Amino acid sequence: MKVLVAVKRVVDYNVKVRVKADNTGVDLANVKMSMNPFCEIGVEEAIRLKEKGIATEVVAVCIGPTAAQEQLRTALALGADRAILVETAEELRSLTVAKLLKAVVDQEQPQLIMLGKQAIDTDNNQTGQMLGALTGYAQGTFASKVEVAGDKVNVTREVDGGLQTVTLNLPAIVTTDLRLNEPRYASLPNIMKAKKKPLEIITPDSLGVSTASTVTTLKVEAPATRSAGIKVKDVAELVEKLKNEAKVI
Amino acid sequence: MAILVIAEHTNVALGAATLNTVSAAKAIGGDIHVLVAGAGCAAVAEAAAKIDGVSKVLLADNAAFAYQLPENVAPLIAEVGKDYTHILASATSIGKNVLPRVAALLDVDQISEIIAVESADTFKRPIYAGNAIATVQSNAAIKVITVRGTGFDAAAAEGGSASIEAVTAGGDAGISVFVSEELAKSDRPELTAAKIVVSGGRGMQNGDNFAMLNRVADKLGAAVGASRAAVDAGFVPNDMQVGQTGKIVAPDLYIAVGISGAIQHLAGMKDSKVIVAINKDEDAPIFQVADYGLVADLFDAVPELEKAL
Repeated sequence: MKVLVAVKRVVDYNVKVRVKADNTGVDLANVKMSMNPFCEIGVEEAIRLKEKGIATEVVAVCIGPTAAQEQLRTALALGADRAILVETAEELRSLTVAKLLKAVVDQEQPQLIMLGKQAIDTDNNQTGQMLGALTGYAQGTFASKVEVAGDKVNVTREVDGGLQTVTLNLPAIVTTDLRLNEPRYASLPNIMKAKKKPLEIITPDSLGVSTASTVTTLKVEAPATRSAGIKVKDVAELVEKLKNEAKVI
Repeated sequence: MAILVIAEHTNVALGAATLNTVSAAKAIGGDIHVLVAGAGCAAVAEAAAKIDGVSKVLLADNAAFAYQLPENVAPLIAEVGKDYTHILASATSIGKNVLPRVAALLDVDQISEIIAVESADTFKRPIYAGNAIATVQSNAAIKVITVRGTGFDAAAAEGGSASIEAVTAGGDAGISVFVSEELAKSDRPELTAAKIVVSGGRGMQNGDNFAMLNRVADKLGAAVGASRAAVDAGFVPNDMQVGQTGKIVAPDLYIAVGISGAIQHLAGMKDSKVIVAINKDEDAPIFQVADYGLVADLFDAVPELEKAL
């Protein structure tokens, strides 16, 4: 079966972002960009399915700027067979991204679609679920275990208070949580090989999707800062302060 | 304006998060209705009808809704919700799973995890793991929103007397089946609802040492949490994780034990009223946000704390 895996180009996990002085957004000039960590887990899971002989082809797709080819090359180096970039310089909302992915799904007809549960820039946690609605496919979000069995997939999900397991008809959508797997690193020979793998570039227009949105960001501010308090010398002083000063115990 | 709040529940009890979401609805202003979708959940509807500020409860009682499968519940919410100006759900694992599917069915953008209401169409929400706060405005006919509970006080659970109306829409989409559930059994309060949270990090060294924190937590009536480092190291299960990728908590007292204070962790707890940090590394970033810092070996300090309480 064919697996489609969506990847997003985001600010690197280890970068401490700063809000721009004019409050229009965060400063991304000269900041390291990477594949969204949850998408990396999605790529890894797709490749493992291929290594197990369950997936026959892994196609990576990204909606993003020209530079997002880097993240697709990373996916190819990790083991994806080919890649599609839906190129746009605009910052798109999750619903638009889901509509673009739906158009790609219509063309590619994958049996399983893997996405990260959320992107660490917008923290929306929407795209996979929205793609579920648009395709009419079942969704297994926040997955910590994925087992394909015939024409179904069993997904164990991380939920508040524990784990939930559901069985979904294929084709289905899975969004990844942290414990699903530990992504591998790309080897140098594979990075070289990835340069020769096919990477198709298309536009939102060619997919017939409008990028208009109903949401506008008015401003972006730094959060209220919290100042350091005091150091206490021992446990007795700590308990005394909590009882008499903070009055929380 | 009419606002539809999706109740969070277990079919037998109303989830506390619903009360915070009702408060967000009050801040928007308008007639507030609550939709209880589940199976054998009449008691939940009765509880929802008593929430202060709720004027009507819609009860969709159907076996297909028992486990909140989004394939079944989202079309119901979209159908019921199309007559409202706002649809709100708590940003819990259920709300986060179901509501974007509703938004896409209604062909509107969703606004995730709001922490403040500026007006009926403008909201604040954290982005970049809480390192920036965005103010966003929606001109969608139906505003679909998830609410971060820590941003809003709980509405009073008593005082209302809403009518309860049965809804018969929706059913089984036939593409997903609930198999099983493994929920951690604990007598301690739920992490996101606890007044006091005691959390351990990589400094705990192993899962067995969390027993020390459990004893302190039991004396305080607290919940026990963990940093992602402790979860990644396999000390404790993921549902204990506090942070950007785990649970967001804002208790009256947060005690961080052996937690260095990575930015992803701070994102999950920095709105706590009082923060205590116990760490042997005096340069640990956690001390920069702690109201009370104790530089000490946790293996000495925690047993001492247990005795002192």
